[in-house]
Amino acid sequence: MFIVKYKKIFLSLSVILIVVSLIFIFTFGLKPGIDFKGGALLEVNYSSVRPEVSLLQDKIKTLNIDQALIQPTGTSGYLIKTRDLNESEHETLLTSLSLDGKYPVSEKGFTSIGPSVGSELLRKAIISIIMVILAIILFITYAFRKVSRPVASWKYGIITIVTLLHDIIIPTGIFALVAHYTGAEIDTLFVLALLTILGLSVHDKIVVFDRIRENLREGDKKGFAETVGASTSQTIVRSINITLTIIFVLVPLYLFGPETTKNFAFILTIGLFFGIYSSLFFASPLLVWIEEWQTKSKKS
Amino acid sequence: MRKRIILALIILIIGSGVAFFVYKTEPKLNKNFETQGAFLKKFPFRLGLDLSGGSHLIYKADVSAVSSGEVGSSMSALRDVIERRINLFGVSEPVVQVEHSGLISGSGEQLIVDLPGITDIKKAVEMIGQTPLLEFKTEAPKGATQNATVDKNGKVTLDINSQYIATELTGRYLQKATLEFDSNTREPKVSLQFDATGTKLFAQITKDNIGKTVAIYLDGAPISTPVVREEIPNGQAVISGNFTPNEAKLLVGRLNSGALPVPITLLSTQTIGATLGESAVNAGVKAAIIGFLLVALFLILWYRLPGLIAVLALSFYTAILLAVFKLLPVTLTAAGIGGFIISLGMAVDANVLIFERMKEEIKNGHNITDGIHAGFKRAWPSVRDSNTSSIITSVILFWLGTPLIKGFALTFGLGVLVSMLSAITISRIFLYALGIEKSNKFTKFLFSSGFSK
Repeated sequence: MFIVKYKKIFLSLSVILIVVSLIFIFTFGLKPGIDFKGGALLEVNYSSVRPEVSLLQDKIKTLNIDQALIQPTGTSGYLIKTRDLNESEHETLLTSLSLDGKYPVSEKGFTSIGPSVGSELLRKAIISIIMVILAIILFITYAFRKVSRPVASWKYGIITIVTLLHDIIIPTGIFALVAHYTGAEIDTLFVLALLTILGLSVHDKIVVFDRIRENLREGDKKGFAETVGASTSQTIVRSINITLTIIFVLVPLYLFGPETTKNFAFILTIGLFFGIYSSLFFASPLLVWIEEWQTKSKKS
Repeated sequence: MRKRIILALIILIIGSGVAFFVYKTEPKLNKNFETQGAFLKKFPFRLGLDLSGGSHLIYKADVSAVSSGEVGSSMSALRDVIERRINLFGVSEPVVQVEHSGLISGSGEQLIVDLPGITDIKKAVEMIGQTPLLEFKTEAPKGATQNATVDKNGKVTLDINSQYIATELTGRYLQKATLEFDSNTREPKVSLQFDATGTKLFAQITKDNIGKTVAIYLDGAPISTPVVREEIPNGQAVISGNFTPNEAKLLVGRLNSGALPVPITLLSTQTIGATLGESAVNAGVKAAIIGFLLVALFLILWYRLPGLIAVLALSFYTAILLAVFKLLPVTLTAAGIGGFIISLGMAVDANVLIFERMKEEIKNGHNITDGIHAGFKRAWPSVRDSNTSSIITSVILFWLGTPLIKGFALTFGLGVLVSMLSAITISRIFLYALGIEKSNKFTKFLFSSGFSK
């Protein structure tokens, strides 16, 4: 199997991808959305023509709301981001946007999140990710407990986690690159996308490992590396097909779905692609590499 | 053989029945929705605020005055009161939830209020804020520090708030309030009846403070400071605070709808306009339908006969899951629809795993019937384990997540559960019912896949 044969090339490719993504993440940075840092988001729609951004900026400057970020949305609306606002500040802001009644305006949506709620959401998101990862290690250790030779079952768990990090870091890096140009922010849905990638990616690794488990149990006389290679090639069609099916549902979600889930579908598609890539071209070589490394260290 | 066909027919009938139920109970699909029986009207989809429009408010409850053992009951009392208050205003299906502080949720006790259809936050905040906070306070012991202000004429005013200290007795122990008029002065009075706990507390307070004043606070301001003459064991108190009859009447109404057991402050607000929500629903439905069609096309072109059966099983899966959403009911949000769409993918995965395995077994010399058997049997462990891990993930997310993540985890988890049923049971029953025994060129073609002939 070529994947196992050229494992060093595939392993280095993955390492390079991870490093490049980390560089993107740290140089461009990830901007937290109002979900996580607190703040207010007002979406308005003008019934006829929308005024120039600069006119609105000047008006808002008089309101004692500090900075406001104004982005056009649709053909006649604006998204306005500010610090978190209380009810009376919200009212003042909304009335001021009509510029003394010259531009009739209606509110489509308003969100104001206090900084304490924001930091709490962030904390919850991080705890969820950690708990999911822990539960997955435990489950895989349990599910593969009968295949403790030649590689202990908990090592399958660890390999899964390493590949999961691969599957999360790369989409995050790509998102950081894209966000650098589009100004996209990370919000709860972004975290949700990462969590879904986690779920789907584990799903995938289990299918590949299950085949390895089955082939090992059937007492294949071949070596470990060959068994892993054979198992990977046996599941490759399924892996590609299933990624295709999920992409078939995600692309319409991105193109036609609700505005709120667009970023979600985008990150998920990237994550899914790398998830399947890592099941085939990262997890299996890593497994073989660990086994070889074990044998070597035993001999010496 | 006949048994298998009958079983398949039963499944077909049940599946169509479920699909029909989903159709009949949905006002948007069924034109005769208004004219049908009350039973079917009870189950439309329940849409979350982001899809139906409405307000989402998060309040922080100040429980510093409540002893730690009592926090839970104070918070549920608070929830009940706010629910009653909102119901007075006729909001349909409001959701009022308490979020306790803890290792995971962190900062303090919170109250989350969802008001579907209310997009005027100002009105919503008023509706909740109007609830009165009733407190009973006793005189501070002599020698306690008192705050005083001296105005420019040299007149010293003692700050009344520092003269009184809070007791445990608050509006949460109130059973009911009634409006009365003093028989001599015709002055309006509000008479209060405490519940069992409140009666005990009130008896204790009056017993300990004979000859002293007790202050009755409403919304943080003292409205009456009567002198206690004797212990009052029957749990009845009267507030006579120079009310006009109208003020007294309003106060009685507010007290009866419930006084807040603990003070609350607004932390964050969110409103979603109805049009924004509706366009999100339409977009979500459109995306789901296109996604489903693409998947169906792919399955039939690639997996041929088994693919067709997978599409049938997938249709049943969708109908069953939608019916579950209606019956439980599950509140659908944009993230929840996302979870549903992804679980569609998972449902396909189980079938793909089985079909790939079937094909392999047939290639390795099994005849078609044995191939189908072996395919299901050998694919089962990986279907089981991969779906178990998905279910574990969704349980953790549902347990720890924020409301948005919970919505996703619920539809995703239910979807994975139902998909195990549809992929394993339904496709198997149909494949067996077809009863393809012979292995000839044509049946082999039907069971192969991809570009092979």
